[in-house]
This record gives sequence, C-alpha cells and structure tokens, in this order.
Amino acid sequence: MPFKKGRSKTATVLLLLGAAYCLLPVLWVLIASSKSAGELFSTFTLAPSTHLFDNLADLSGYRDGLYWRWMANTALYAGVGAAASTLISAMAGFALAKFEFPGKSAIFNLILAGVLVPGVLLAIPQYLLLAKVGMTNTYWAVLLPSFISPYGIYLARIFAAASVPTEILEASRIDGAGDWRTFATVVLPMMRTGLVTVFLFQFVAVWNNFMLPYIMLGDDKLYPITVGLNGLLNQGANQPAMYTSVVTGALVSIIPLIALFLTLQRYWQVDLAAGGVKA
Amino acid sequence: MTTSAPARRTGTPYAFLAPALILFAAFLAAPIVYAAYLSFRKVKVSGLGLGARSRTEIWAGLDNYTRSLTDPDFLPSVGRIALYGLIVVPTMLGLALLFALLLDANRTRESVGKFARISIFLPYAVPAVVGSLLWGFLYLPRVSPITDVFEAVGITAPELLSRDLTLWAVANIAVWGGTGFNMIVIYTALRAVPVSLYESARIDGASEVAIAWRIKIPIVTPSLIMTFVFSLIATLQVFAEPMTLRPLANTISTTWTPLMKVYRDAFTRNDLYAAAATSVIIALATFILSFGFLKLVGRRAFNQED
Repeated sequence: MPFKKGRSKTATVLLLLGAAYCLLPVLWVLIASSKSAGELFSTFTLAPSTHLFDNLADLSGYRDGLYWRWMANTALYAGVGAAASTLISAMAGFALAKFEFPGKSAIFNLILAGVLVPGVLLAIPQYLLLAKVGMTNTYWAVLLPSFISPYGIYLARIFAAASVPTEILEASRIDGAGDWRTFATVVLPMMRTGLVTVFLFQFVAVWNNFMLPYIMLGDDKLYPITVGLNGLLNQGANQPAMYTSVVTGALVSIIPLIALFLTLQRYWQVDLAAGGVKA
Repeated sequence: MTTSAPARRTGTPYAFLAPALILFAAFLAAPIVYAAYLSFRKVKVSGLGLGARSRTEIWAGLDNYTRSLTDPDFLPSVGRIALYGLIVVPTMLGLALLFALLLDANRTRESVGKFARISIFLPYAVPAVVGSLLWGFLYLPRVSPITDVFEAVGITAPELLSRDLTLWAVANIAVWGGTGFNMIVIYTALRAVPVSLYESARIDGASEVAIAWRIKIPIVTPSLIMTFVFSLIATLQVFAEPMTLRPLANTISTTWTPLMKVYRDAFTRNDLYAAAATSVIIALATFILSFGFLKLVGRRAFNQED
C-alpha cells in the first residue's frame, strides 16, 4: 500500500456487533450446558454453573448411548455422502470440461437446471420411490440421494477447465496411460483444491440436512443428529428434565463442524458467480 | 475458450458421466416426474372401501390442484412465507454485503477483521435444527436475557413466540444462519477486484462509501444475483426451523409454511395426491421466481466460459 489507510471506529463497532450477534447463541449453549435442570430456567442466562460433566453423563446414558450413535450416523452420512458425491462430481465435471461429444450442452444445461431445483421438494417423491423398492428406513435411503449434487458438478467442471491443461492429458495419452488411469493419477491431484471445496459443501449440506432423514427414517437407531435432537426436544415438552440433555446434546453436536471450519478456513473462499475458488 | 482434447474413444466422456446421470435420473428427474404424475391422480373407493381391490387409482384432472389452492390452510401459509421472504432475504443479504464491504475496506485492525469474519461465518456450521433450538430457548421468557434487560428497566418484555412475533423470531434464525455464508461469497468476489480499479479514486480523495457504491458493488453484482437466487429458493423451502420451534411455540401450526402443509398432507393425512399437487405448485413458483429474476437481470450470473 502506498499510503497508510485510516482506521474507522464505525467499521470496528459494526463488525464487532455482527460478531457478538452471531456468537450469542453459541456462547449461551456453552454456558447453559453447565447448568442443572433446575438452574436452566431459574439462574441468569449467562451465569455458568458446574454441572457440565453430570449433563454429559446423563446424555451418554440416555438409552444406552443412543446420542453417540446419532453422532456416528451423522459422520457416516456426511463423510460417505460427501466423498462419493465429490468423486462423481469430479468425473462428470472432467468429462464436461475436457471432452467434445454429442449432447454435451444439453447435459450441462440439465445439470444447471438441477442446481435450481429446490432439493427439499424432492424428499417426498424420493421417499415414495424408495419405498417401492423397500429401501426406506435404511442407511441407503439417506446416503444415495446425497451422492448427486448438481452444484458440485457445476463447480467441478469449472475447476477441471481451469486447472487441468489439455497438453498434460495429451502427454499422458502418448505415454499409453488409459483414460481412467490418467484421471486417477493426473486429473484428480490437479483438481485437489477445488475438490476439497466440493467435499466441504456437500459435507455441511448432509450434516445439516433435516427433512430428508426425517422423512426417510423410522428407526431411531439410524437417525442423524438433527433428527435425533428434534426428537429429544419433542420429549422435553413432556419431561422438562430432558431439556438439559437437549442443550448439552446441541453443544456437543456443533463441536465437530466448528473444528472442521477453523482448521480448513482457507478452503472457504467461494465465488458462487464465477464458481471459482481462490485458495 | 474451450480447450477440449479430441476424444480417443468416443465412449469415454459418457462413461465418466454415467454415475452422475444415473443418479440424476433416479433422485432428481424421476421424483419430479413421479410427483407430477401423482398430482393428477386420486383414489376411487368402490363398495364399502374394504379389501385391496376396492381402492383403485384413477385420473383426477385438476382436482388435486383445486383442492390444494382452495384449502383454507394453504393461502395463509403462502402469505406467511412471502412476508418471511420479504424480511429475511433483504436483511440477510444487506447485512452480508455490509460486513463484506467493511472487511474488504480493511479499516479495522487485522485481528478484529479476522475475528469478525470467523464469528459471523460460524453459524453456517450450525445445522438449522440446532440453531433453531438454541434461539428457541433464548426466546423463552424464563431463559431469555432480553427479559432480564426489560425487567431491569421495569417494562414487560415482548413475548417473542407470541402470535404477532413468531414470524420475526423464525426470520431471525434464518438471518443468523445465512448471513455469514453470503458474506463469504461476496467477500471472495470483492477480493478478486483488482486494487488498481479504485486506488486512483482513493488517491483523488473519494470516500470508502463512494468507492463501495460506484465501483465495488457494481462489480460484485453477479455474486449478489446468485446469493439472491439461492436465498429465495431456501426461503420457499423453510421447514427445519419452524418444525424445531413447534415444541416450544404453540403459535406454529402444522401448516405454518407450505412445505409443512405438504408434509402434513403426505404423512399425517396420507393424502399423497394433495401433497404432490402442492409440491408441484411450490416447485413451479420457485422456478418462475428464480428464472424470472435471472431473466430480469439479464443472465449476468452463471458466467460460462463457452
């Protein structure tokens, strides 16, 4: 910078107000999960207490550790769903960016239209179709729909076009490598940064999803954390003692994603319009 | 600029696309077609309606659509969602743009900027169900710090989950959850603007506000368009927030939003046909609004390189 820019008190105050607003519920849940059932509704909102470990023990004891099973299910749904979706998007994006073939623009336009389809509206017909083949109330009912992400394909196409030089593909072909080997050993590593973003997008989308598993699953052993916590909260309406478990469960449930965010910050620079990622 | 290599075997691109296309057909295209089909069907009960043979599915014409549109619960839910959208989308995008511009203008200490950026983005990591749960407790008069503040000055605190304020309470959750993500999108676009574009304006003494209005906002317009379209789609499908608040707020009915009505029709009333018709109406409305908007702004978004 050729000259020193002035600081602005207004800018600082506005940004800190925004940060305070966004942190308030997180701060509250941190404090509230240390309160006993009686204190939750009686002591001052932001006054901490000493019952965090009792609450965690209660939560773990709830129906033989069902809560931890929900957390494991969520990790499975989000991890497997995002990994499969990223690979499928990478393959499709690579094909759309680096090959000429009949029907290419029709397929691309179809996928672009898919980006604008309100996903949640699909949940009920998806349920009915999966019910016909007897797959509702299984892990697959939540996993399979998460494997396809039109937005992931759209992004992967841009990353492939931007980061995989055609000459390298040619060279690999002259060396006699097959298309699949070229894809696995040359293309995927080059698209790595972009694919991390596709993975994170889908991981968060699946982790946060509520309606699809809520509709698909009847057995609470298969629930992800969102559906499980929703059920706990509904029980709290009849047994207020459950509320401490709900609050503690809410706190524990957000720790993994927040940790993921803080460690992978540099991948969260997303330009929706250009689809580009600057890492 | 297309830099495609001549395909050695013509089947290759199709093989790479196959998994995506099969899944697209099974989990996007087929459900849409099936919902459209169901929306024109109904069950005819013959005889006493007992036994498997007595219930047959027949064509219904537009019956389900008339039933759906004249349902006394439908229009109020649409009105509610329209008002909700009018509150959420401009507030959320306005705040996102403001924070992105403040971060980009870099007029605070670097540590403040970084802290604010991470804090404001943090709610994106919190599922809507959990966010609603946290705010839901904060809205309860016995928990809310707002109540304490009001009582300290001797005024009765507003009942946030009352009939008049519930919509605002739900809107607040959506704004809280969505501002950070949109801020990051706009901020990323701003950082792609070459400094040289406004450095001379700055040297000429233009204020940061003028630079923002005249130079920065016009450049990030495509990003604003995309965030607007995605926010609009998300708004029309609001479901998790009111469903989670329901146990805490008796002002939220089972048909509070159009999608909640679809859920009730399909799973509580077992009326799949009405649910399908309502789904199709919501999907059409979404398409008309999002494509109409993109057309209106001249397809400046989705910049494609070919």
